[in-house]
Amino acid sequence: MTEFGQTRRRFLATTAATGALAVAAPFVHTARAGGRVTLGLWDHWVPGANEVLREIALAWGEKNKVEVVIDFITSIGEKDLLTAAAEARAGVGHDIFVHRTWQVAVYENQLEPLDDLVAEIEKNEGAYNDIARYLARPNGTWRAIVAPTGSHSYPMVSRLDLWKEHAGIDLLELFPAGPRDQARIDAEWTYDTFLEGARKLHAAGFPFGNPIGQTSDSQDWLGSLFLSFGSQPMNADGEITIDSDGTRAALEFMKELTRYMPDDVYAWDDAANNRWIISGRGSAIQNPPSAWAVAKRDAPEVAAQLWHHDTPSGPAGRFRGSLPFFWGLWDFSTNKSAAKELLYHLASKEQVAKLLWASQGYDLPLQPDYYDHEVWLKESPPPGTLYNYPGRGSEQVVVTGFPAPPAVGARIYNEGLLAVLVARVTQGGESVEDAIAWAAEELEGYQRG
Amino acid sequence: MARKQVTGIPAAGPRVGRGVVARRWTGLRRSRATLAFLLCLPLVLLVVGLIVYPFFYAIYLSMLNKAETAFVGLGNFAFLFERSTFWMVVRQSILFTLTAVFFKALIGFVCAHLIHNVPPRGQRLWRGLSLVPWVIPPALSTLGWWWLFDPTYSAVNWLLTSFGAAAVPWLSDVFWARFSVILVNIWYGAPFFLIMYLAALKSIPEELYDAAKVDGASAWQRLVHITLPMMRNIIAITMLFSTIVTFANFDIVRVLTQGGPRNTTHLFATYAFKLGIQSGDIPLGAAVSLFMFPILALFAMFILRDVRERTKRL
Repeated sequence: MTEFGQTRRRFLATTAATGALAVAAPFVHTARAGGRVTLGLWDHWVPGANEVLREIALAWGEKNKVEVVIDFITSIGEKDLLTAAAEARAGVGHDIFVHRTWQVAVYENQLEPLDDLVAEIEKNEGAYNDIARYLARPNGTWRAIVAPTGSHSYPMVSRLDLWKEHAGIDLLELFPAGPRDQARIDAEWTYDTFLEGARKLHAAGFPFGNPIGQTSDSQDWLGSLFLSFGSQPMNADGEITIDSDGTRAALEFMKELTRYMPDDVYAWDDAANNRWIISGRGSAIQNPPSAWAVAKRDAPEVAAQLWHHDTPSGPAGRFRGSLPFFWGLWDFSTNKSAAKELLYHLASKEQVAKLLWASQGYDLPLQPDYYDHEVWLKESPPPGTLYNYPGRGSEQVVVTGFPAPPAVGARIYNEGLLAVLVARVTQGGESVEDAIAWAAEELEGYQRG
Repeated sequence: MARKQVTGIPAAGPRVGRGVVARRWTGLRRSRATLAFLLCLPLVLLVVGLIVYPFFYAIYLSMLNKAETAFVGLGNFAFLFERSTFWMVVRQSILFTLTAVFFKALIGFVCAHLIHNVPPRGQRLWRGLSLVPWVIPPALSTLGWWWLFDPTYSAVNWLLTSFGAAAVPWLSDVFWARFSVILVNIWYGAPFFLIMYLAALKSIPEELYDAAKVDGASAWQRLVHITLPMMRNIIAITMLFSTIVTFANFDIVRVLTQGGPRNTTHLFATYAFKLGIQSGDIPLGAAVSLFMFPILALFAMFILRDVRERTKRL
């Protein structure tokens, strides 16, 4: 017996039962939660998108007698990351905060478990995809919900006219805004076809361009390309697997492809490929619809020829990079019940539908149930250009670093491992073997606890 | 006959003894010291809050494991010693700092002499103009440089190609990217040297030069035997200050190259940001940022001791 009159066995049984209850406990709605809820959310680049989100949140606050305060924080200059780091360290700040891609894993221990809330969202609003599960549920506990704003993926954005004229590929026919011939796509749209097309378009003066630098776009397209060749830096068990035939094949492919890309891609940032395609000098990039949306305003003749479609497939399959956004609840939040209520409200189908329209189809929730939304059917020009943006075929949506344990995946992504690896070979002239040895050494360092 | 008052202290009256005067005097001194302390207190608090506390906190952080749950002593530093990327950052930081400080000092020295020899009316204008790079926030001015060096739409390249020259890969090639970040740092920092050297030049007595001229000393001899020895202290202090600040540079690399291409322009601060803020390994980031501290502290100690001894001799 202990001094509390409880045996060790009984104590363990009680705590286990309490723990199980906590995990299995359903989300309890607390009507009229009261108080104040503050949100630090991503400052959307689409004009008007922030306002729609603010209106929805404020209307909810008014109805539930909760004061809602939203700060929209830009990701330019990593201001969102800096704010998150400051709040996490200070233990004070917003109640709800936005976390990009891997940052949920970075702050795992300071984010409130949201298993009950996610269970309710998935039950009523549709299941999250595997990437959401992988990124927002480190070690089996949901630490964030998928943000209905900001998440996007990286399809090909190609010039219909240039690919048809110079490469002889009719992308509109291959990737129509409607039912597709997947067998034909699987047979014809491979990295070999793409390389040949890139060569012809380079010769015609309209190269394919995508960054191989430090920023997120570089990681997002290279990660999916490496996976297509069967290359994973690290497997799910935490074993370093970069030294593989898949990596060698991916690097050999990149040696060829970079011959047909602009020389300055090693210094490109996330906006450079957008400018490249909008300028009319490029034939294709890999990007969410932001380039197209800006082209609609600044270069309508270019926008009218831009088509969003699947990435090519490699020997190991067809993958598309993504950059999901999550909303987490800090463990130091002073109004957790109201914050969870608000999160649930913002994740509802009705509100997400409004937000999709507000983002002009840029936001791509990680819930396949939404992919038939009209926004991707109706946006133009050209009509149906965004139809294939949510992914209609065999593409697997991934994040660079997958399937490594999230703590290591975060470093693979944030430190630009694959972009540096490629640049060491294609720009630095390093041998494939030496570059792989360097990457393996880096990965070994990423594992430090 | 009343006693003559010879000091500023009121003469003691019949009922005021020497002990009382001494106490009042001590009280006055104490109250002046207290006032001085109170006036300095805001600055002291700022220094303690923004420099001393963060410094010791950074040392503390650098000795924790990644999760900040265990004390690892110098383990993070030992870990860094084994990483080739970290040593590349060390080499780059040294190259960046030494090259930039040397050219900032050289340009500042030459320009200070040029302005010093401009007639007094024109000097004010040149002094003002030369300070412009230094007063613009570096993050903002570096953005301007980024537009000049933009990988695809560089304004400098537009000019070069207009004259038939080849475009320069300012930010995408390793050599040119390093050149660009050093160039911008020189552009930003040279005015500091200029203004300090100009002030030092103005404090050198003209009589020394006149005497040297009478003795037939050449311009070179006057520079070597009068100007440089008279400026030695200010040169040492500016070099020390600039070395410390340049080693800690962040914004130029962050805005221009973000450490690329291939991590070849990372400095301690940008690499620490990448590890600490972007990848969530604050202790390792703190260790990177503190790496140069012992070396710079020793450097500062020797230079300041040298300056102090020279000042005593003078």
